[in-house]
This record gives sequence, C-alpha cells and structure tokens, in this order.
Amino acid sequence: MSMCPDHIVHYMHEYLDGEISREHELELKAHLTDCTSCQQHMHELSKVVAFVQSASHISAPDHFVENVTARLPKERSRAGVKRWFHSHPLLTAAALFMILMSASLFTSFNEDQQFSFTKQPNIVVDGHTVIVPEGETVKGNIVVKNGDIQIDGVVDGNVTIINGTIINGSQYMASTANVTGEIQEIDQAFDWLWYKMKDLSKDVMSLFNKDN
Amino acid sequence: MDALVNKRIKEVLNGDQNAFAEIVEIYQDKLYRVCFRMLGNKHEAEDIAQEAFVRAFVNIHTFDSNRKFSTWLYRIGTNLCIDRIRKKKPDYYLDADIAGTDGLNMYSQIASTTELPEEEVVKMEMQERVQYEITRLPDKYRAVIILKYMEDLPLQEISEILDMPLGTVKTRIHRGREALRKQLSNM
Repeated sequence: MSMCPDHIVHYMHEYLDGEISREHELELKAHLTDCTSCQQHMHELSKVVAFVQSASHISAPDHFVENVTARLPKERSRAGVKRWFHSHPLLTAAALFMILMSASLFTSFNEDQQFSFTKQPNIVVDGHTVIVPEGETVKGNIVVKNGDIQIDGVVDGNVTIINGTIINGSQYMASTANVTGEIQEIDQAFDWLWYKMKDLSKDVMSLFNKDN
Repeated sequence: MDALVNKRIKEVLNGDQNAFAEIVEIYQDKLYRVCFRMLGNKHEAEDIAQEAFVRAFVNIHTFDSNRKFSTWLYRIGTNLCIDRIRKKKPDYYLDADIAGTDGLNMYSQIASTTELPEEEVVKMEMQERVQYEITRLPDKYRAVIILKYMEDLPLQEISEILDMPLGTVKTRIHRGREALRKQLSNM
C-alpha cells in the first residue's frame, strides 16, 4: 500500500460520496484490479458505510410531546381566548350581539343629556321647565327629556318625563290641571331600557297592524 | 409538508401553543434519533431533544420561513449535543463515599475510558455495536457521519446544519469513514 499514490484513497472517498468524475473512476478501477491492499481498503470503507447504515430507526420515547409542552413557557392568554371563541362560534355571536345591543342602548341614554321636549303650540318654556299654562289645552303627547314639566292646564294625551320631575302635577295638588293619558317618569337606566324596548315593540306591532 | 409546517409556525407566532405541539409531533423522532446517536444515552437524548424544542419555540421569531424548518431544528439540536459532549460536568463528587459500602468512593465506579476488551465488543449485539462505534468517534466526525448515513441528509444540508463550508463537511466525512474503518478492522 505504501507504493500506492495518495490520491487513490481520495478517489475512493469521492466514489463513496457519489461525486467522482469519469476519469478518476477509470483510474481508481484500473488501480484496484492491480493492487490487493487498495482493494482491501476500498472493501473496508464500503463495509463501514453499510455498518453505519444498518443502525435501526429508533423513535422518540412515549409522551415526548406532552413533556415538551410541559416545559414550554406559559402561553399568552390572548391565544387561549381566541381558541375559545373558535370552538364556540354560536356563544361568541350571541355574546357579541348582547354587548353591542346593550352598549348602544346605554350610550343613547347617556349621550342624550340635552334638554328637549315635544313642540306643542301653546306651551311655555322657562329655563329647563316646560309649562302648560292654566286654561290652555294641549292636544297630543308631550315628551320632556332632561327637564321638568309643570302642568297647570289640560293635556289631552300622554306625558313622559325622562330624567326630570313633574312640578305641581295633578297627582300632587288639587288644581284645574288635567292629563287625560298616562303620566310616566323615567329616571333609571333600566327604566330607560324598558321604555326603549316597549317603544320598539309598539313600533313593530303598529307595523304589523298596518300590514293587516 | 413544508406548507403545513409554515402554517403552524405562523400560528405559534400568534401565540398558539397547540400548533407547536403539532410541530413537535412531526419532528420528534428525527430530532430524538440524532440526539441519541450523538450522546449514546436515552435519558440525555430525551433531555437534550426536549431542550432543543423548547429553544425552537422561544426563538421561533428568528426562524426564516424561506428556509427549511428541519435544518434549523437540527442545527439547534446538534449544537446542544456538541455542547453537552464538550462540557460534561460531573454532578457528583468523585471522592464522595457511596452509601452502604465500606470506604468505597466514586472513583471505583467510573467506567474505564479505555476501550472495551475485544472479546466484550465481539459479544455485543449488532445495534449496540453500531452505537458503541459511533460514540467512540471524535464529536466533529460523529455529527457528520450521523447526519450523512443515519439521517440520509444531502451534504449541502449538513453544511447548513453544522454551519461549516461544504469542503469541511466532505473532509470530515472522509476522516470519519477512515476512523471507523480503523475501529472496525478487527471485525
């Protein structure tokens, strides 16, 4: 073997890597037919490859995935919430609907902080108080928001006060004041909600009645 | 396959740990196998393979999705194995007395670092023998031989995993083969 040129062993490795050129391969083959020690060397190298490749394919131990997951740092809660929404689409839709509905009702309650009232020809306004003067008759409903109402005359319809009070109302004093319809005072948020819902159902009902 | 893995990686980036469990599922055998071949010990291999997955999870944002995920993962795994081989620190004191023995200390329990007697090696089962010979290789040859012949990876990918030029990979494979040839010459 000491007689053999060094590059022959190099060619053997090129051959094993599958990267040998045509000329090198021919030279290697020619040399191997003549030289038994190089033949032996080549044979041993091929055996090494077969030996290492004979290693069986082993798999990961049981519960490997669980063990890795247990070692991971805690996940951000954002993803957990997201996954919950993914697996409960109906509940999510219902919850979202409820949130938006109540939010819109409450905001309309909170945002309407301005004084407003139903315009009627013969009522008098004094600051934030709506006055139905004595001897006058108002035909129709009156709604007052964020203000008070003082009824000295006659209202031929319903009176609704939101965030306000009735001053000298017919309920409290004997007078000529008279309201032919209902009187409603709405102060609380829930009353407001109730009032809105009743209003809505009334609208819906009237719509159906029209259809009929 | 790659498309699926990249999809899972995106989900992990959005903070979904369950998606990462699927990635572990896909690559657990490959990574554990390489770790076991490198270290020659089941417990150490499991520990290092788990550690590699944890590191992959923590650093997933540094993964470039234009490249192969398995290459990146192998790189983390082989680096951890090489570190472990080089920095093996004893977690016990050699001169501590062993309970239940009279005056025996750990020195008497160390396996000899010299090679096993030839008759012992011959008695080994074939699979044991393969692992034994691989573990006897110096670690710089060990990694390339395992990746090339046990994982069947192309040389180009091995050079990416080990972060060394293609030429160096080839040289190490050649030397690794020669080293094994000498080790097996008594077969």
